[in-house]
Amino acid sequence: MVKLAEWRGKEIFRKYGIALPQGHVARSAEEATSLVSEGKVPLPCVIKAQVLAGGRGKGGAVRFASNDEEVRAAAAAILGLEFKGEKVKEILLEGKVAIDRELYVSLTLDRTLRLPILLASAKGGVEIESVPDEQILRQPIHPFAGLAQYEKRRAAAFLGLTGGPAKSLGPLLDSLWAAFNGEDAELVEINPLAVVGDRVIALDAKVIIEDDATFRHPEYAEVRDDRTPLEEIAREKEIAFVQLDGNIGVIANGAGLTMATLDVLMQFGGRPGVFLDLGGTDDPAKVAEAFLLMAKAKPTAVFLNIFGGVTRCDTVAKGLVNAMEKLPAQDRFPLVARIRGNNESEGVEILRAAGITSIPDLKASAEAAVRAAATRAVAAQGRTA
Amino acid sequence: MTVLIDADTRVVVQGITGHQGTVHTHQMKLFGSKVVAGVTPGKGGTTVEETPVYDSVQEAVDRKQANASCIFVPAPFAKDALIEAVDAGIRLSVVVTEHIPFHDMLVMYHYARARGARIIGPNCPGIAAPGAPSKVGIIPNVVFRPGRVGVISRSGTLTYEIVNGIREIGLGQSTCIGLGGDPVVGTSFVDGLELFEKDPDTDLVVMVGEIGGTAEEDAADYIRHHFTKPVVAYIAGRAAPPDKRMGHAGAIITRGRGTAQSKQTALEGAGVRVGRFPYEMPQLVADVLKEKAHR
Repeated sequence: MVKLAEWRGKEIFRKYGIALPQGHVARSAEEATSLVSEGKVPLPCVIKAQVLAGGRGKGGAVRFASNDEEVRAAAAAILGLEFKGEKVKEILLEGKVAIDRELYVSLTLDRTLRLPILLASAKGGVEIESVPDEQILRQPIHPFAGLAQYEKRRAAAFLGLTGGPAKSLGPLLDSLWAAFNGEDAELVEINPLAVVGDRVIALDAKVIIEDDATFRHPEYAEVRDDRTPLEEIAREKEIAFVQLDGNIGVIANGAGLTMATLDVLMQFGGRPGVFLDLGGTDDPAKVAEAFLLMAKAKPTAVFLNIFGGVTRCDTVAKGLVNAMEKLPAQDRFPLVARIRGNNESEGVEILRAAGITSIPDLKASAEAAVRAAATRAVAAQGRTA
Repeated sequence: MTVLIDADTRVVVQGITGHQGTVHTHQMKLFGSKVVAGVTPGKGGTTVEETPVYDSVQEAVDRKQANASCIFVPAPFAKDALIEAVDAGIRLSVVVTEHIPFHDMLVMYHYARARGARIIGPNCPGIAAPGAPSKVGIIPNVVFRPGRVGVISRSGTLTYEIVNGIREIGLGQSTCIGLGGDPVVGTSFVDGLELFEKDPDTDLVVMVGEIGGTAEEDAADYIRHHFTKPVVAYIAGRAAPPDKRMGHAGAIITRGRGTAQSKQTALEGAGVRVGRFPYEMPQLVADVLKEKAHR
């Protein structure tokens, strides 16, 4: 999931011909001021923090300015903010527009229908989750037929648009549909879509690009900024790796089994820290890399839970033993292993030779992992006391 | 009887010369599947695992009467591979390939549907019927035993875990379908339940779900109104943090729906027994079968 900041979303909108206020992005108060003094952004203007979290208006991350000095002050104030844990590094300056009405439109996927769906509401400018169902138009769109004229007319009628604004909605929805498909988006959302005079224009842009489609869109490769540094390294190595608050590292294969493993650990009072999904691999070197990555997260103990399919048990065992040999003594962690499935006996034998016992029962192995973490945590406390 | 595949299923492996294609052709044959052909454009005339390789699916159909395909080709080419299979008259394609953009899958799904073909997957372990015996996909052979329990799962390895547990307590499976965990799947829980409802050799269905999406809630709705056999379910991800990506695009919690709790509530409301942990599932299956026998 590649969530794009508003200004990047608007760059895409511009490319597809969606009407927008005149605006530019800035990274310092000086840059902001010169955008205004050079006439690239008209006054009065709105200045918006380019963060991914919502609720910017209420949170002081959107301000208005009507002269150079106010622009400088507002820009400086917003650029200093930390908004919902995210440091503001970029701001978007746009000419203020006279809004008649605020609407909502988006395109996303309806998994149940297995169709793209157009959502529209006359209640724009608020979180769509808070809008009652009957006030949201849900129009599925068949990918082979595309957006039909009648669907656009229905949307305009549902939004209560007539005249110029109704006429301008059709081309805007065509552009949004083209952007949704052309950019392989999971979501393209305009909230609010503003009625300004005789047309509708996009005041905000929320675009989420699908991860799996980035092979068609290398331009989004470096736009991912919602990861921790270790998560970023994992991504480069194509290992699914998520950091949580706990202290037990979890290595499993497959999303479902990984989640089930967390469920079982929590049941026995364990707190999963990092979890790492090996996915399908039969390369011991990749398994070893995963373990070394896990060591960097400094887990109190590690629970390895593998059901061998594509990822064979002996591959995992070899990788694990290689990694353990490479780890300096102070970075080693207590390990509880459970390996089942393809090539189980070979894997168990490799582990046994390295002094690691595989516990075949899921419940017993999870309990052992929780115990190992608790024992080590107590021991560490004893040392610092 | 089985669901979707049987002893007459003749498999063509698309992408057979790739590593996974070759490995799993071998495994499918060991299981007892009739893997009659492979396809890799440009490699026609060669053989892999004693299986003839053709340049096109049409040749595999014409010469070897292939009637199902197993797709291993890389994600950027998967859409083309599926369309080729459908056009050659293949009516069942198991798409093992992961990381297919859902925009491609939308086209694949609706194309197949319009032509009367079915997709299982993508990003799925496939389907196996141990009694046939026949397997199209990558589920490890060792977990199965012929029996009367149907399995439908969104997961891969977690399916193996639970199917293996069922085997270990002495029960067996009629057919096991791994749906795949992607946002758009060719065969959903509801589709799978429809098939098992009609299968006289399935007594009970095990559903293995996970957080994200509303496929389990949809299934609960279907079970309440249309399904007459007992269902037991497990939902992975009760401990998962909201909004953290768990590996599948499908496994994201959004808007309060799609949580483990909402799925469990919906399923229990439809009379489904929901196990809390994978290791509870085999006994739950045995208990429900026993109750059914006493009724």
